Amino acid sequence: MSRPSTRAARYAALALVALAAPWLLPSYTTQMTFLWLMVVFALTWDIVGGQMGYNSFGNVLFFGIGAYACAVVQRDCGLGYFGSLALGTALAALAGTLAAAILGPGILALRGQYFAIGTLGLGIAAADIAAGWRYIGGGSGMVTPLFPGAVGARERFFYYLLLVVAVLTFATLRWLYAGRFGLTINAIRDDEEKAEAMGIRTTRHKTVAWCISALFLGLAGAVAGNMLGFIEPREFAFAGSTYGVWMVLMAMLGGRGTLWGPVIGACVFHITQEVFWTYLLGWQRVAMGLFILVVAVYFPRGIVGWFRQAR
Amino acid sequence: MSDLLQVRNLTKSFGGVVANREVSLSVPSDAIVGLIGPNGSGKTTLFNCIVGYQPIDRGSITFAGREVSRLRVPEIARLGLIRTFQQTRIYRNMSCMQNMQISVRHESEGLRTMFSKFVSEVNAQADALLEFVGLYDRSLLPAGELSFGQQKLLELAMALMNRPKMLLLDEPTAGVNPTLINGLIDRLQRANSEFGITLLVIEHNMRAIMHLAQHIYCLAHGELLASGSPQAIQNDRRVVDAYLAVQ
Amino acid sequence: MGNLTLLSDAPVLNLQLLLDGILVGAVFALVAYGMALVWGVMKLINVAQGEFVLLGGYVVFFLVRAGMPPLPAVPIAAAVMAIVCWALYRVVIFRIVEKDLFTSILATFGLSILIQQLINQLYGSDVRTVESGLGSLFFAHGMVTVAEVKLVAFVGAGLLGALLVWFLRQHRLGQAIRATAQNTRAARILGVDTDRVYAATFAINGAICGAAGGLVAMTWTIHPYSGLSYTVRSFMIVVVAGLGNLAGVIASGAGLGVAENYAGFLLGAEYQTAFVFSLLVVILVGRNLWLMRQRKYLK
Repeated sequence: MSRPSTRAARYAALALVALAAPWLLPSYTTQMTFLWLMVVFALTWDIVGGQMGYNSFGNVLFFGIGAYACAVVQRDCGLGYFGSLALGTALAALAGTLAAAILGPGILALRGQYFAIGTLGLGIAAADIAAGWRYIGGGSGMVTPLFPGAVGARERFFYYLLLVVAVLTFATLRWLYAGRFGLTINAIRDDEEKAEAMGIRTTRHKTVAWCISALFLGLAGAVAGNMLGFIEPREFAFAGSTYGVWMVLMAMLGGRGTLWGPVIGACVFHITQEVFWTYLLGWQRVAMGLFILVVAVYFPRGIVGWFRQAR
Repeated sequence: MSDLLQVRNLTKSFGGVVANREVSLSVPSDAIVGLIGPNGSGKTTLFNCIVGYQPIDRGSITFAGREVSRLRVPEIARLGLIRTFQQTRIYRNMSCMQNMQISVRHESEGLRTMFSKFVSEVNAQADALLEFVGLYDRSLLPAGELSFGQQKLLELAMALMNRPKMLLLDEPTAGVNPTLINGLIDRLQRANSEFGITLLVIEHNMRAIMHLAQHIYCLAHGELLASGSPQAIQNDRRVVDAYLAVQ
Repeated sequence: MGNLTLLSDAPVLNLQLLLDGILVGAVFALVAYGMALVWGVMKLINVAQGEFVLLGGYVVFFLVRAGMPPLPAVPIAAAVMAIVCWALYRVVIFRIVEKDLFTSILATFGLSILIQQLINQLYGSDVRTVESGLGSLFFAHGMVTVAEVKLVAFVGAGLLGALLVWFLRQHRLGQAIRATAQNTRAARILGVDTDRVYAATFAINGAICGAAGGLVAMTWTIHPYSGLSYTVRSFMIVVVAGLGNLAGVIASGAGLGVAENYAGFLLGAEYQTAFVFSLLVVILVGRNLWLMRQRKYLK
């Protein structure tokens, strides 16, 4: 356990690097923005997956809900760019949280593999439904408003915005895991029947955990949708076979059930993905499938788990 | 003294097998009641029905004046009826201290309580109970690293942490080193006399249950065979026959 | 939903939907049986099941394009997929057999993405179909059409299913497979080579998927991204029917086929897969609620 002063120093150093990055490597700003998105994906998955034992393959549902909610608000509310963005983002977080609150009691009552496949179905059903719903653009999706600023400023704006979302997510999880809530969801993971036998309100805790996940995913969806400029139902908003499964993989790669594991996993994964996309053009998705298979089979405990064993 | 737990004409079948037939028993407040019977007599099924693990076919179960036969496990637990498991279930990956903390009573639980940290009273109570079962110096060890007997004690401490009205113990001495059984029985008696917890205990260890219980029910073939004081049960010909017959 | 009135105005339409549903349901049931086999014996949920089906379809597609008549191509596809799956087992699947279900889901999901993208990369994302050269039968004064190839698919699925049942009951390897499914440790102690059993089971599943894929290619269409819907259909059927229940699998398959046909007719073809995936969630949650009333859970 490191002393508080060294920990504070580490956080400060990281913060400095993160804040300075767009100025140090301006041409990589968008890629680094995606890194923060991946960090949010991995962290929000892990609270329900690694910490609570409910391995969801459909968390992307809340990401898409957030993206669409924000885009609809921006399209219809009539405020200026930043006003509508702020309102849209807030509503996106709310929409995601509400979806989790409504679906939670039913879906989180499923256990193990039924929950996994069930959430997978949920995510893909959402993609198909969104692709047919004309109000939100159907198969072509929706366009988000143009950022009122120069090209460089636009990239930096979204970089810092997603960085803020990632930091908020991390800080919230860190606070939660240090208190009662973290212990309770760990108990649910380790022995849910025992937890029930001791009177723990498992349904309530499970739903709240999923809502927290959904809140930050909704936020991320709103921001990412605006960063990209358009929202496509199958490849972006409810991308079950890419974002959806990457969420699981990143947390596993870094180390499930730890605070830093998902962050590390997201970084390693993102770099790997960029390498694939740059050098294996055309075959990058094939390589990604192979990568998922290899990690799942050979590195189930992840990087942090490997470190702990090596000690 | 009024009955804390009342089971009336409980009947439970699995497919064609009648595990409990018209079983009735009652446990007065502050009492220690034992439940014995040869293997297959339906003791565990009765237990599982009481705590809400199984639905019942017919009959009624009342706890603290409330009908609980239709409630779910966590609801019954929150009413103050806690059970321990025969295989001893604890949270293996957490430390003993964390096991204790998580076992605290979960009464009203709004968002604020859910997200808070454990107050110092909780930690003090946990320390006291770990001391009570003799595990204080192992507080920070992962519970999975304790020996079986120690895990049993931890499970008991966790149950006590919950401040239950009544504890249902499923073979508390099973698998415990004979030299430690006396200590365990002693602690159970103290839990009853000092903490005011009513006990219903399934046991196979005759010496232990005769020493511990004030009243004993004996099941055989799913039915209530005999009921009375330990002396009466020991001298009851039918009880002896039931045990010998199964062998 | 405008078509709803059509159903009551022209009742014979119901017969059409029913018939088509049952015919396609047989293929669904077949694939589900393969998934149940792997699940029961190897304790492994194969998310790539749909992609195995697709591969079988593509094998038939290319054989037919090279000049082979379609019907004989189906057993060849089955054989090819049996070998492919046997090889997959030896190379990677054997590592996830005794692990937890989550690992198998994630790993086979990766495998499914790998196969899906490989097909897409090599052969493009066009929708393909195989001309069977068979005609159609007409009933009820020409109002009900049954494509002969669908009947062939139905009979083929049935024959394959019967062959499987015979194999599992009578053949020594089949019995070894059933023993391993019931109690792996006991089977091992009694001398069953569980590794061989696993390889054989995975290969048999491959053969089932290969044949089913060939039938699908002839009867409907295949394209690289349709795999997951077959996986989800199989999973649904297994959940509803239970692992050891052949009659249940057949009935559920037929039920699903009919339900899907009605959904496609009433909601429009573009919502048909949305219906399938939504139905999965409804079935899982509904079944769980029903079990919870009896204070049990889907385990």
